[in-house]
Amino acid sequence: MNYSVIRYILCRVLEFAALFMALPFIVGLIYRESSAFCFLYVIAGCLAVSLAGRRFKPKSNVFYAKEGFVTVSLSWIILSLIGALPFYLSGEFPTYTDALFETISGLTTTGATILTDVEGLSRCIQFWRCFTHWIGGMGVLVLILAVLPLSGSYNMHLMKAESPGPSVGKLVPKIKNTAMILYGIYLMITVVEIISLMFAGLNLYEASTLSFSTTGTGGFGLLNSSIGSYSTTVQTIFIIFMLLCGINFQIFYLLLIRKPREAFGSEELRYYLGIVFVAALLISINVRGFFEDGFQAFHHSLFQVVSVMTTTGFATLDYNVWPEFSRAIIFLLTLLGACAGSTGGGFKVSRLIVLLRSIKNEIFSVIHPRSIKKIHMDGRIVEDGVIKSIQVYTMIYVMILLGSFVLVSLNEFDFVTNITAVATTFNNVGPGFNMVGPAGNYSAFSGFSKLVLMFDMLAGRLELMPMLVLFSPRTWRR
Amino acid sequence: MCIRCGAKREPIIQKNIEHLQIQRKGMVIDMHIIIVGCGNVGSTIVEKLSKEGHNITVIDTKSEAIKNITINYDVMGYVGNGAGYSIQKEAGIEEADLMIAVTDSDELNLLCCLIAKKAGGCHTIARVRNPVYSREISFIKEELGLSMVINPEDAAAMEIARILKFPSAIKIDTFAKGRVELVKYRIEEGSVLCDQALKNISSKLKCDVLVCTVERGEDVYIPDGNFILRAKDEISVVGTVKNGMLFFKKLGVPRARAKNAFIVGGGETAYYLAKQLISIGISVKIVEKDRVRCEELSELLPQATLIYGDGTDKDLLMEEGLPQAESFVALTNFDEENIMLSLYVKSISKAKLITKVHRISYDELIGGMELGSIIYPKYITAESIVKHVRALHNSIGSNIETLYRMNNDRVEALEFIVKEDSPVVGIPLLELNLKPNILICCINHKGNIITPGGQSKISVGDTVVIVTTTTGLHDIKDILKG
Repeated sequence: MNYSVIRYILCRVLEFAALFMALPFIVGLIYRESSAFCFLYVIAGCLAVSLAGRRFKPKSNVFYAKEGFVTVSLSWIILSLIGALPFYLSGEFPTYTDALFETISGLTTTGATILTDVEGLSRCIQFWRCFTHWIGGMGVLVLILAVLPLSGSYNMHLMKAESPGPSVGKLVPKIKNTAMILYGIYLMITVVEIISLMFAGLNLYEASTLSFSTTGTGGFGLLNSSIGSYSTTVQTIFIIFMLLCGINFQIFYLLLIRKPREAFGSEELRYYLGIVFVAALLISINVRGFFEDGFQAFHHSLFQVVSVMTTTGFATLDYNVWPEFSRAIIFLLTLLGACAGSTGGGFKVSRLIVLLRSIKNEIFSVIHPRSIKKIHMDGRIVEDGVIKSIQVYTMIYVMILLGSFVLVSLNEFDFVTNITAVATTFNNVGPGFNMVGPAGNYSAFSGFSKLVLMFDMLAGRLELMPMLVLFSPRTWRR
Repeated sequence: MCIRCGAKREPIIQKNIEHLQIQRKGMVIDMHIIIVGCGNVGSTIVEKLSKEGHNITVIDTKSEAIKNITINYDVMGYVGNGAGYSIQKEAGIEEADLMIAVTDSDELNLLCCLIAKKAGGCHTIARVRNPVYSREISFIKEELGLSMVINPEDAAAMEIARILKFPSAIKIDTFAKGRVELVKYRIEEGSVLCDQALKNISSKLKCDVLVCTVERGEDVYIPDGNFILRAKDEISVVGTVKNGMLFFKKLGVPRARAKNAFIVGGGETAYYLAKQLISIGISVKIVEKDRVRCEELSELLPQATLIYGDGTDKDLLMEEGLPQAESFVALTNFDEENIMLSLYVKSISKAKLITKVHRISYDELIGGMELGSIIYPKYITAESIVKHVRALHNSIGSNIETLYRMNNDRVEALEFIVKEDSPVVGIPLLELNLKPNILICCINHKGNIITPGGQSKISVGDTVVIVTTTTGLHDIKDILKG
């Protein structure tokens, strides 16, 4: 293990943390809030530590997959620990564990909160809550790769460990340029959303914070009722941008370089949109009786479906009270998640497609034992190694889900609360059902359960492997 | 407009204009390069070019090879036959500046380049090793519009011949169109240079050369005047050809070339080498164990002495006068045999040794055996392609005229053209605020080669050779601090 390079990159992460916190500090200054100075202390601390740590240049540049995984998971943990400090110092959160839960929930774009009253927070704290979504959406190491000249071949190992999806495709030959393009698209979508929300009548503060929450597919809102009290126009804007951010960013790039045929030909995109509309249609038929007209029913069904499927977790109403069939569909969407290469979390549509096809192949090979058949996706052969890793991923996914469920059950809450709390944090969605439904929150959970859920959120965001590698004793053995 | 290229000419010109415009804004553009085939040569090229910041896409039929290369280097990979139009298109042939085809098959390489030329109008480089094609290579190159054709055996032979012309040097690189030489040389026990500070050397020897790097064990230094040399240091000396000659003469090192060469192994490299050596008057003796090949070679090389026999047979070598040989070249197809032979010859004679080794991976180990000059044919192939790419890059981008990597890539020697007024022009070098570890080795002022002192100045139109451990310099002004 090459500790000196890891230390060097972690120091850079601290610098970026300081940079990010400058924004809420400015917001706090504008609104003349005393909480703003909490950010200043943390910024000063970060800069001091990183300057001290960067004094020594790394001895060697040896950097393999192991170092990549460890660096990524460590930087997310450090970023969470640092990000929680302003929350705790401001005194607006009861304990450091709660502040940490909120930060991890923000950075992993989950949107699960332990707060009972969101409206009572000061503005700069609210801004920082939403901004963590934006940072976590694309990933902080991708940003570092885009901005800093990290020479050497090790950047691919970092990108691989942080990007969501079964296989990482570069857009252009160089990682640096790929990362720059990704952040460029991300920034563009965010700016467009801020402008559209301002046209719909929101002020700059509301528009920007809510845009950070949407484009990062996070789900922290400014009001206790989440998105329910905004106008239908504003809600529609949210639907559009949530849907966009759940799409693989590679597709936007293909559109930018004018290759629309390849972009719209993507099977994952078609499945993703198909699932969204079928689910919305089924639910709107199921909940027709709750609304005045069909349009309202479809609008609200679509909003919840898109919000859960993209793992955002906004809500326009309390869908906890909907019929069991609708709740079942929403639970399934919670487990599924968005497209690979998007800012959303979850199991990913592309993994589902490959799994379904490998099941179909297996059945086919039972009927024709001598047959040889390859799995195709987007007109390309999916290699056996990828299929195997997806199958293993599925196993680990289920095991972590069930294991955490058992641990969280120590709280003696009801079955639905426990399983949905784990599923929704593990897939970075946010709201589940019953106690953790859209109207509820996570404040009642014990400290231990919160730790388990925090691990689930981080593991889910980093696609399992980095966290497992970090906690595997084999990694640290010489 | 010529018939062969037709409308394809236009985009090339346009591309160059774009490049020029970008250059004027002061940016350095990276080239888009497609490399077909990632065997030994391919991956060495990828390693070097990706370090220089180019956008590289590789194509290979083996997905395993692509997987390895994309994990280790910052490049994009495609699996498929590189001669296919659709796969070239997918790899972005339309935007590419250069196509390098280095698969095992000559025909495939030529086809790759032909298709790339027609599809994208880019520059093309092909590896062609079959001697049948090699003899007609200028015709093929002209007709297919290739920018460069490289023959690994021929390139290795050229390198060997260059070393034999100056046996005391380990390595020679040239600048300023051959007028300045960078010679790497190992200080022997008891030499005049031992335990001398650098500032005393030029006064003591009364000649104008500059020691620009010193390699001592694992470490590489860019020395200043107070640096003291020790035995077994490997020094690189920069100077004009004439001064260099004088320097080595005063050191008592023979600079005269070897009079005869003893070659073991009669492969293609031996053929090309013998041909070159004979043309400059060095007598050649080749030992080859295949009778048919011997006869073939004696037909092709009437002036060479062909010995039919096993080159590893000690008695045979003695009988053929090995102890009297001034240079010995081990060119069999087995690395182990070559190394053994060289070690043996080292023990019985003072001949200049040249050993051909295929496997690059253990170069540090082999380098420690003091086998004289080691020739890695694949490395040489990659190196000359990279040199060509740099020259190409220079014509569309930075102001680097030549670039050499030395001492395991830790030191760069660069030749810059000073095209326009820049902050370094007209100021005595002593007053320039240089970055650390940069040495200005020589200035070519209107054909006069100056070894600079503190009062020398750089003017517009000069070319300047710089040795540095800082990588990524693109322009002469990059040598200044801040």
